[in-house]
Amino acid sequence: MPAAVADALAASALPPVTVNILTGFLGSGKTSLLKRLLARPELRDSAVLINEFGEVGIDHFLVEEIDDDVVLLKSGCICCTIRGDLKEALLDLDRRRAAGRVPAFGRLILETTGLADPAPIVATLVADPALRHHFRIGNIVTVVDAVNGERNLDAHPESVRQAAAADRLILSKIDLADAWTVDLVERRLAALNPTADRVRLDESRTPDVSLILDDIHDAEARRGEVARWLASEPGEDHHRHGHPDVNRHGGVRAFLLTAEKPLDWARFGLWLSMLLNRHGTEVLRLKGLLWIRGVDTPVVVQGVQHLIHKPVHLDAWPDGIPATRIVVIAQGLDPATVQRSFTAFTDPQARAGRPGETLERHVGG
Amino acid sequence: MGGDEAMCGLCGTFGAADHWTDGLGEGAALSPSAERRRRAAVANEVLALYGLKLTEWANRFTLTGRTGKSAVVDQFGAVWAEAERLTGRTCDPLDPAVIEAMEARQYAGRRG
Repeated sequence: MPAAVADALAASALPPVTVNILTGFLGSGKTSLLKRLLARPELRDSAVLINEFGEVGIDHFLVEEIDDDVVLLKSGCICCTIRGDLKEALLDLDRRRAAGRVPAFGRLILETTGLADPAPIVATLVADPALRHHFRIGNIVTVVDAVNGERNLDAHPESVRQAAAADRLILSKIDLADAWTVDLVERRLAALNPTADRVRLDESRTPDVSLILDDIHDAEARRGEVARWLASEPGEDHHRHGHPDVNRHGGVRAFLLTAEKPLDWARFGLWLSMLLNRHGTEVLRLKGLLWIRGVDTPVVVQGVQHLIHKPVHLDAWPDGIPATRIVVIAQGLDPATVQRSFTAFTDPQARAGRPGETLERHVGG
Repeated sequence: MGGDEAMCGLCGTFGAADHWTDGLGEGAALSPSAERRRRAAVANEVLALYGLKLTEWANRFTLTGRTGKSAVVDQFGAVWAEAERLTGRTCDPLDPAVIEAMEARQYAGRRG
């Protein structure tokens, strides 16, 4: 049997590797965060995929060179560069893992370039038939620089898309910015992506590894994650901070879709498929808890742009009350129209002509 | 995630043969072909607006237009790309005319 085939067969027998995407605009502090995280023993079984070793400046971590583009770090982590195609880099690393040519790892941290949109990376992992059985997406961690974050969000759509896609928003360099600026950037991030956990980071604080480790795919962390999404629901009064100005984020805003009666799963799937087929690139993030007719437990659905992750179950309603609540972060879509369409498609008993109540969160200071 | 699959029986993503819309809710209790027929019936409420019809066929779906043009669709999520290809029209759930048509259908359903 050829070695490549043997490696591929061995790889298919291993449990899937959780992939965390670490993103953030140029100079935001991704590498600094990564180096501090990799020093933590909890992440010893991690592999790291980066674009260039030189960019990361990881030399002092390096203890052993395995081959041209794979090194073993002092922490036990494997570090590997992406020189070309991401899919090939992932498959190659997975084959090495299966064949025992690199130490076994259960997690992979993928550091993007500063100008990356995380969505195509998620798409590569979730939709590619060769990858989707070997890898699963974990938290998307986005670093935003407190000093330059405001300017980057205004000037660079990539920065907005990175923040919108995040499960964790890390506000870096807070010791280099004044308190007013830090608050302003944090408020903008809260309005842009209310479902993401926000963490302030300065040089004196060691980041908590739960940034990486606790995610929706872990049954133990799932309930807490969903509870936070729901607690972040639009409805909190962000208008008090000033006149809403959605154009500051290029028309990106977060809003809530609701249904008070159980949904027919087929109708919901049809509607969301239709919405994402036409508006997938405008739906930057979607996270929701669904009350499905015929299903006893709440169903969690989440997606990035046109990709929907495999829905999972919670064992109970976070507040004990069944209801469908979906937080959508979208660019250029009118929340009232989306809610009206959602109701019209999914609730066959709804009263005609009555748009559902939409609680909207405007983006802006 | 293996536990999730066993509990839910639902997996898949866009771009794959199995799809996230498969097999949850009331349809999960039906036989696979009956479940596909039920979902096709739901889809046809919307597809009729575009002169299209979805039918269950040999573990798949067939999407057919009024002129007889047709396409085979493996999973629910692929319906819309094929619908747009067959009709040359965009299928937009946020189109006010589409929303009004769906609301009118609901209203008729309530009265009927």
